[in-house]
Amino acid sequence: MSDQPMVLADRVSKSFGTNRVLRSISLKVDPGEVLCIVGPSGSGKSTFLRCINHLDRVDAGRLSVEGQLVGYREKAGKLYELKPKEAAYQRRDIGMVFQRFNLFPHLTALENIILAPMKVKGTSKADASAKALELMDRVGLADKANEYPAHLSGGQQQRVAIARALAMEPKLMLFDEPTSALDPELVGEVLDVMKELARSGMTMIVVTHEMGFAREVANSLVFMDGGVVVESGNPREVLTNPQHERTKAFLSKVL
Amino acid sequence: MTPRDPGRTGAAEAEPLAAGQEGEAIKAIPLRHPWRNLAAVILVLMLAVFIIDAAQREDYGWADVGKYIFDKRISAAALVTLQLTVYAMVIAIVLGLVLAIMRLSPNPVLKSIAWLYIWIFRGTPVYVQLVFWGIMALIYPVITIGIPFTTPWISIPNGVFTNLFITAVIGLGLNEASYMSEIVRAGLLAVDRGQEEASRALAMSWGQTMRYVVVPQAMRVIIPPTGNEIISMLKTTSLVAAIPLSIDLYGVSRGISAVTFTPVPLLIVASLWYLLFTSILMVGQYFIEKRFSRGSGQRRAAKPSSFAGVGTTAAVTEAPTGNEPGGKG
Repeated sequence: MSDQPMVLADRVSKSFGTNRVLRSISLKVDPGEVLCIVGPSGSGKSTFLRCINHLDRVDAGRLSVEGQLVGYREKAGKLYELKPKEAAYQRRDIGMVFQRFNLFPHLTALENIILAPMKVKGTSKADASAKALELMDRVGLADKANEYPAHLSGGQQQRVAIARALAMEPKLMLFDEPTSALDPELVGEVLDVMKELARSGMTMIVVTHEMGFAREVANSLVFMDGGVVVESGNPREVLTNPQHERTKAFLSKVL
Repeated sequence: MTPRDPGRTGAAEAEPLAAGQEGEAIKAIPLRHPWRNLAAVILVLMLAVFIIDAAQREDYGWADVGKYIFDKRISAAALVTLQLTVYAMVIAIVLGLVLAIMRLSPNPVLKSIAWLYIWIFRGTPVYVQLVFWGIMALIYPVITIGIPFTTPWISIPNGVFTNLFITAVIGLGLNEASYMSEIVRAGLLAVDRGQEEASRALAMSWGQTMRYVVVPQAMRVIIPPTGNEIISMLKTTSLVAAIPLSIDLYGVSRGISAVTFTPVPLLIVASLWYLLFTSILMVGQYFIEKRFSRGSGQRRAAKPSSFAGVGTTAAVTEAPTGNEPGGKG
């Protein structure tokens, strides 16, 4: 099964009311691949990411993770919406990191990380804590375990959020503009953690405006605009030699 | 002033202050507030006159106050008042949570039913509602179980509303639930949507998300008004006279005074007991609020480990030396 793509999107569309946010998106992400999605705001990048773990639902096309349809079950040619429990089960293998961190403010960094492993996977508190401390060390925050999020800088909060997602031992990590809400001097520390993660072989889909990161780390890059994939390919080629006018216009503004 | 380049402005302003030297301390005559002081003096005088007068006035019957304040009948009635408060609030909080979740449900029927409930119970006086519950046993003398409009399978006499204490608890609880549901709803809505999404992205179920993520954060918003509601409920229990139930603090003190013809001392006795309970509740509320504000940033940085903390303390302690060379650090 190792030749099965991690994520396969086949003509995926999504509307909010009359607003067509995604129009027939097709793409494939292989295990171990790092895909960066770039594009102007409102181009549907984040929505696509949210569809992958069923925070938003797809209207048309087929979206699957590891060969399993996201949010639906196909039986005798008919699609059945998954029950909340089944949808939650699908998300166990998908970690997500948000632009605004979304740490739980009433819990310490350590409690943030151990909550889901304990409640969802039934891991004992001792095991979950040991694993969490390991992860906090990995993101360079071993001494912040008992701090509440309000006492951490944005960069530290985002690194805790990454550790929290990793605690569920996901096979796929989704990053929704992980550095966009950060002060410029804090962006580097988060990107460093993500680079290390990419080197360790994690499959990652990263919506970002960090072109340097995309060039250095990504295996492939997708440029989205107006809900469609305008251009995709090797990040160095797309960034240095864009083929499409819209890509050129966008890159001339951000580079 | 002629515009200068910003770099030199900072340097020029820093110059007159040599390092380690402070400007002359301000020794100004403080602004006087004669009217404010006069008002305070008048109020204190009025209060003193009232107290001296009240201590001597016979109608207050201070001797009777002392006699009845620890009367067994009164303290037993105070316990009934406490029980009414606790049981009614338990019903109100549980039902209020259910109603709040119904109102936030995407299902329009559940939403409308919750709205209708709140509309009726908030829109009519609690006194009128209590009278209604009091005569419920006459309206529904028997409880029947079976298919509607056919011969019932089981038919039992309505024992619930003939018990006046239970009737009072139900009446107070159902009324209060409408207020509690609005408080709970406001609390749930105050939690950022991102919290629920982060929780779901971690594969937690709806129940786990509510229990471990949303409700603990909503509590910070829910606790203070709920404390007020409990205090308010303690006082509202005196209205159970409408049912009519007369074993609570107010009812019993009225009952005693009807025999002894000393209404004023017994009203004072009841008031003192109510005050005692509300004061205890206010202290409890303070500590519960403190507990649920964990992580909300009120706790001062305990350790100077985070550089944000170092920044602020450094700024405060070094400010008087004034040797910072202009510009943002």
